[in-house]
Amino acid sequence: MTPSLITVSYLGAAALFILALGGLKDNETARRGNMFGIVGMIIAVLVTIAAFVSNKLEILIVIMVAGGALGFVLSRRVQMTQMPELVAILHSLVGLAAVLIGFANFMDASIQFTGVEKTIHEVEVYIGIAIGALTFTGSVVAYGKLSGMLGGQPMLLPARHWLNLAMFVAVIVVAIKFVGEPDHQQAMIYLLIMTAIAMVFGVHMVAAIGGADMPVVISMLNSYSGWAAAATGFMLSNDLLIVTGALVGSSGAILSYIMCRAMNRQFISVIAGGFGTSGGGSAGSSIEGEVQTIDTAGVAELLSQAKEVMVIPGYGMATAQAQHAIADISKTLIEKGVNVRFGIHPVAGRMPGHMNVLLAEAKVPYDIVFEMDEINDDFPDIDVSIVVGANDTVNPLAQEDADSPIAGMPVLEVWKGQTTVVLKRGMAAGYAGVDNPLFVKENTRMLFGDAKESLDLLAKAI
Amino acid sequence: MIIGIPAEIHADERRVAASPEVVQKLIAAGFEVIIETGAGAGASFSDDVFREAGASIGEDAESVWAADLIIKVRPPEYNNDLNRHEVDLMKKGANLISFIWPAQNKELLLQLAKKKATAMAMDSIPRISRAQKLDALSSMANIAGYRAVIEASSLFGRFFSGQITAAGKVPPAKVLVIGAGVAGLAAIGTAKSLGAIVRAFDTRPEVKDQIQSMDAEFLELEFEEDGTGEGGYAKVMSKEFIDAEMALFAEQARDVDVIITTALIPGKPAPKLITNAMVLSMKDGSVIVDLAAEQGGNCEDTVPGKVVTKYGVNIVGYTDLPSRLAAQSSQLYATNIYNLIMELCPNADGCAEIDMEDEVVRGATVVHEGEVTWPPPVIAVGAERKPSFGGQILKSSSEPEEKVEAEKSAFVKLMQGAWMPVILAGLALFGLGQVAPPSFMAHFTVFVLSCFIGYMVIWNVSPSLHTPLMSVTNAISSIIILGGLTQISAPDNLIFILAAIAVFITCINIVGGFSVTQRMLQMFRG
Repeated sequence: MTPSLITVSYLGAAALFILALGGLKDNETARRGNMFGIVGMIIAVLVTIAAFVSNKLEILIVIMVAGGALGFVLSRRVQMTQMPELVAILHSLVGLAAVLIGFANFMDASIQFTGVEKTIHEVEVYIGIAIGALTFTGSVVAYGKLSGMLGGQPMLLPARHWLNLAMFVAVIVVAIKFVGEPDHQQAMIYLLIMTAIAMVFGVHMVAAIGGADMPVVISMLNSYSGWAAAATGFMLSNDLLIVTGALVGSSGAILSYIMCRAMNRQFISVIAGGFGTSGGGSAGSSIEGEVQTIDTAGVAELLSQAKEVMVIPGYGMATAQAQHAIADISKTLIEKGVNVRFGIHPVAGRMPGHMNVLLAEAKVPYDIVFEMDEINDDFPDIDVSIVVGANDTVNPLAQEDADSPIAGMPVLEVWKGQTTVVLKRGMAAGYAGVDNPLFVKENTRMLFGDAKESLDLLAKAI
Repeated sequence: MIIGIPAEIHADERRVAASPEVVQKLIAAGFEVIIETGAGAGASFSDDVFREAGASIGEDAESVWAADLIIKVRPPEYNNDLNRHEVDLMKKGANLISFIWPAQNKELLLQLAKKKATAMAMDSIPRISRAQKLDALSSMANIAGYRAVIEASSLFGRFFSGQITAAGKVPPAKVLVIGAGVAGLAAIGTAKSLGAIVRAFDTRPEVKDQIQSMDAEFLELEFEEDGTGEGGYAKVMSKEFIDAEMALFAEQARDVDVIITTALIPGKPAPKLITNAMVLSMKDGSVIVDLAAEQGGNCEDTVPGKVVTKYGVNIVGYTDLPSRLAAQSSQLYATNIYNLIMELCPNADGCAEIDMEDEVVRGATVVHEGEVTWPPPVIAVGAERKPSFGGQILKSSSEPEEKVEAEKSAFVKLMQGAWMPVILAGLALFGLGQVAPPSFMAHFTVFVLSCFIGYMVIWNVSPSLHTPLMSVTNAISSIIILGGLTQISAPDNLIFILAAIAVFITCINIVGGFSVTQRMLQMFRG
């Protein structure tokens, strides 16, 4: 393989990756886009093997087949409700790979630079490993939180901001020592120290962030895994890695931005963690009023008279696996000529687009699934809104109480509709620790119990 | 509690304070309703419809006025048929809800007080967002604005919309709306939907967006003064401003076909905006509709209550535009009243309580149990609220300071806004260019451009596909496998092992990521 041929192949792969992402602009082109991505990856891998692998080809093939098979099984077995966990664990693998490749590259005696180029290369190695390490441990903790192995509560160490700052400074100090160190062994030790710090940093950062901020964390780790790949690309002087890393990095960054905007929060304060604990209790507006309950027969009656129905799913729908039940109900209603729509808040669930995937799995036609901005003005015309396991995303306090911790967060204005039915396990406050006056509004009815059971009963009743 | 709805006796008043739907709702809320026979005739609501809605029909005025709560449109006045004032027909201690105009009708307040009555004025509802559903002034203004255009078009001898017909081209009519309050905006919308070219002027700059959002042209003066006054109304402007404004109107008058004026300042006669000379300069057949006629008119030639023709221009001075759309205005007014009653009767148990702590109720109540409670105490909305009502607010002498402040903040804004990151990025790039070798710069170029491509591409991704986006970016970020592949053939065993693990885990990721993406996208087939 001539160098030019390799470059051309990489260019082709990079173009195919861009098309793969571009294809996601709508459902029709998305599958073709994914195929582009697969083709690009195959080209890149085959060309690299042909150009660089001189021996141990058999072992390599065995490794790749084994890894691929494992990945394939994982991807087929995973429940759609577990998508956030899967994505988190896959992020951690990218981070780990970046660390391993960084070390391997540093140990490789055949790579020699001098002068400024040496310094730049060492900085590249250092940054690549640092981002990789923090992505790795951060994603593992995120996985633990999402899968329920670790508690969803933020872990708040005293002086945690100072701790973060100290670790950051330490990483920089070690970096200066590392770059100035002529002895390879000693430099290796610095690199290991930094890796350890970066790993602790990753754990600490994600541990301090609570469950409902997970959409931001996942997108952020997504972004980091991209930057790790880009840094590795600089280290290896490989433009394909740089391009791909930059694409993924900016994708994750934009998603984080969208998620933060949907919660009306600063990115930095999400990362600093501890939402709802500092001053959250000062909301002070404990809600007055009577909760009015309803049974499934009552809901069925309401629905039988409704013309316009809006369903607002939240994370509770995912935990109760209630998406199929709600899909059945909406199908029955649509057959009766009711206009059923779904309204999705951008941060509903635990990762961007989580609800859309669940509804797609339950075969809810995607043309009745709308984003918040598309349907928020329509609530005055809605006869019945069904809130399934959502809380903070439908909290009127966000608009009414400027002192509330969620003040200014865009919310779905369900209370403007005729009647709202809220499915909920109990009266617990939402993730933000804020009471929800929606539950005592005079046009709200509460249906307590497990969302799936309630909806199954409801499906029978209508 | 019995609610009585008398027929309106004011000349040419066709409205009624209740509609059949509202009667039904009031009865559902526990009230009894008695309505005077023929009260709804002007608004095309027959006695039968009211009877069907559950109301009893009172054969004469006295039986209706004997109710506990009287709701009506116009303030009570002298009934010539009965030779008695309507207030004298009321029970002692009864309640009244209607338009009262307390500033103009102080005598009436005293009369009501003598009856130990409680009276709420629909025109005194505080204009705050919570009370919007009670705001009868807005409901009526909306109707007046609509009707003003309809009156204008019936007098105007041409189409409003431009047309190209076999018989030649018809230019669209040009309509100027002065004052973009509720009535003005309704007039703009109506004229626009008839196809006219609409221009609008208002002294309050914040309404510019509303006007433009209705696709009308906002006329601006080369002059800076904010005309925002109390309670969303305009205030009296400075002399220079008025001169500039009059010059603008004079220029427009020569050009437009229809002028609709809605300029009012609370507690003052309407400002004279269209002079005799301007009317003279208008084309023959033009129309002026003066919605401020009742307060003296915005046009010097307006005759309140009449249509006059002067210099070939029709000048409409009707003061009863809402009443000319009686069914619509009765329906909206009745709903406003119903909403007010429900504020007084939150438990829907047929009892109305006046809660003087409630700022909306307090504001509307002009006589409470025999005591005149008008004007209400000023509600502290913001620190800037000035106690004077409609007075001229002079520009303070601190203007230069404000200007410096504004300039400074503009600079700060500039620095905080788009330019700061650009400048910083520029400096950083310059520093990098000083030291970095060319090979690095080549990669760096690729990196920065890729970030831009990523930015452009990702914003186009449909939000519903964000989860597949994450899994596919996961798969392609495993392109990092190339790093492992280039190192796997290294002679050093440790490097080989590291590279092998890297290849193994990235393979999981590549296949897993693409495959799960494919699985999700299959679902989105729908």
